[in-house]
Amino acid sequence: MTTASLRLALVGAPNTGKTSLFNSLTGSRQKVANYPGVTVERKSGGFVTPEGRSVTVLDLPGTYSLRGRSPDEEITRDIVLGRFDGEAVPDLMLCVADATNLRLTLRLVLELKRVGRPMMLVLNMIDIAKRRGVTINLDRMSQELGLPIVTSVAVRKGGVDELLKRTDEFLAKSHEAAASEWTTPTIADLKAAQREADRIIAAVVTLPTKPDTLTNRIDSVVLHPVWGLVILAVILFVMFQAVFTWAQPAMELLSDGFAALGQLIHDVMPASWGLLQSFLQNGLISGVGSVIVFLPQIIIIFLFILLLEDFGYMARAAFLMDRIMGGAGLHGRAFIPLLSSFACAIPGIMATRVIDNRRDRLTTILIAPLMTCSARIPVYTLIISAFVPATTVWGVVNLQGLVMFGLYAAGITSALTVSAIAKFFLWRDHAPAPFMLELPDYKMPRLRSIAIGVFTRAKMFLYRAGTTILSMMVLIWFLASFPTAPAGAEGPAINYSFAAMIGHALEPLLRPIGFNWQIAVALIPGMAAREVAVAALGTVYSIEGGKEAADAIGQVLAQKWTLATALSLLVWYIFAPQCASTLAVIRRETGGAKWMVVTFLYMLALAYVASFLTFNLAQALGLH
Amino acid sequence: MTGDPDTSQDNLQDIRLGHADRGFVGKIIRLDALVTGSSLSPQELEQRLVEMGFVEGARVEILHEGTIRRDPIAVRVDNITIALRRSEAMAVIVE
Repeated sequence: MTTASLRLALVGAPNTGKTSLFNSLTGSRQKVANYPGVTVERKSGGFVTPEGRSVTVLDLPGTYSLRGRSPDEEITRDIVLGRFDGEAVPDLMLCVADATNLRLTLRLVLELKRVGRPMMLVLNMIDIAKRRGVTINLDRMSQELGLPIVTSVAVRKGGVDELLKRTDEFLAKSHEAAASEWTTPTIADLKAAQREADRIIAAVVTLPTKPDTLTNRIDSVVLHPVWGLVILAVILFVMFQAVFTWAQPAMELLSDGFAALGQLIHDVMPASWGLLQSFLQNGLISGVGSVIVFLPQIIIIFLFILLLEDFGYMARAAFLMDRIMGGAGLHGRAFIPLLSSFACAIPGIMATRVIDNRRDRLTTILIAPLMTCSARIPVYTLIISAFVPATTVWGVVNLQGLVMFGLYAAGITSALTVSAIAKFFLWRDHAPAPFMLELPDYKMPRLRSIAIGVFTRAKMFLYRAGTTILSMMVLIWFLASFPTAPAGAEGPAINYSFAAMIGHALEPLLRPIGFNWQIAVALIPGMAAREVAVAALGTVYSIEGGKEAADAIGQVLAQKWTLATALSLLVWYIFAPQCASTLAVIRRETGGAKWMVVTFLYMLALAYVASFLTFNLAQALGLH
Repeated sequence: MTGDPDTSQDNLQDIRLGHADRGFVGKIIRLDALVTGSSLSPQELEQRLVEMGFVEGARVEILHEGTIRRDPIAVRVDNITIALRRSEAMAVIVE
């Protein structure tokens, strides 16, 4: 036995609790990356067995067969077959099965056996199976399959002890891999394998006389044609409330904290270090701070997504929304990514990985940035409070709230329209992808597994804030700071910078939509993150100050802009591709610059046309 | 697509799962993916259905229907529940 880490791979059908098992084996020692050249998530982790063997675990994408009908499934197939470049073939495959639902997994097990590699079958969720009165003759099953079998309860403490012990026993002996007999299964092969799996199940599994009806009873309400949609709406409402209100205190704490830290650096450093001081305060700290401030929202949105996913609700949401979204050319599974995009398009675009059809996935990625993300809120709030009176219309509705709602509605409507147009022009010749999805039984979500999932996502977000987004922020700081203002110059230093030059150069282009050069300058740092434009407007109108700054900016803007300009800027923000990080994520997720450029250009064109119409219409109506 | 799915029925008692109502209980007789409204090739559709457990002899029951045009449907196939559109369910011949 070598001292090198042993490689374990988890294989299994979707919904077998594979990820819970992975979480409970590795805890927080997980690494999430991408497989080289593709946008499939590679989840790996490590643990040490009771006998001190160091083991690395790879959580392979879930699959019903080794046929490889999506990029995710191809990864699983190629790694299992040892064909994947740069990925060593696993020493031991753990095939994870849901003990309450063996049909589909057992067929996969029979297929995996043909590969000839050392393998063990893990019957997960054995506690639920026992509670329901399902009995499984493990010895007989092991005999029939010719495989060692171990039971586990991934979500309970100590639930994987037996698995660890058996892994040690298994690894203590040497195992020879047999030659692979695997060939792509034909329909006849699949049917034969399913028959064999059903025969084994009939021989070793005793089902309870009274089947579990809880899932069915919940579903009769949750999937009800009317009540189902009402419940979905309520869940979404609570989720939005959570994202926007619960996160608020934490976000304020973070932004105040970063502001204080920047101020501290400002005060501590001698003024003669002006440039370094400015870099640290305005480039580094406020740059990173303006991204990290979204961490509370990201945590809350992923908390909801993972809870609903674990509970088994996500597949139901896709079921309820499939036909409704289908009208706009979207797949039912696009629902969750688009929903996440209301917090931030970045996790939304990352979440499109659940869509296995490439065209459906691209459409979803294209329109995700049109969903009103939380970074637009500071900009909307600023302009609305400065220009829209807080009067009550129709008796009960606050006009400011109504305008805000209108901006959200405009985002959603335009996203659906773009999707319908994309479907019509880009893939007119392709019929819609099928919708075929297992609706798993409801399960109580386990907090530990959820916590690990949220932690992993938060870590990924912070890592990105620390790399891509940070470098973007530094570039934008550079543009806004150089060249420095000449001695004795009047007005804020940014007026002499590259950003101002670009702003002045852009002004003729932006004049038809009612923007002055100050707005053009503010839009440049606004590329780093939309809400940075607020601070940038403060800078170009030379407003200093901490918390009260936003109010002060609003008052200045109300004097300097016409209502037509303000409305035009609001409309601009609905559509404009004002987020470098989103574009960077699109580039990464689609594996090239093409779709990033497409997104940038179509959003820019949409923004320009819409702002142009708004500005001119508002002027024609005499809104000054 | 080519023709009405019903024309290929060779037995009057056989119906296509895609036409069945909520509450329907039956048994799968065979798969026939040649004439459905699905975008998948017949072979691919049949393969996916088999992978999801739609095999001859399995007991099927339509548990739930979607809001718009009663689509998609949630089908109990033996002891698992699969959601699919009626256009794909057309390939499943039941009695």
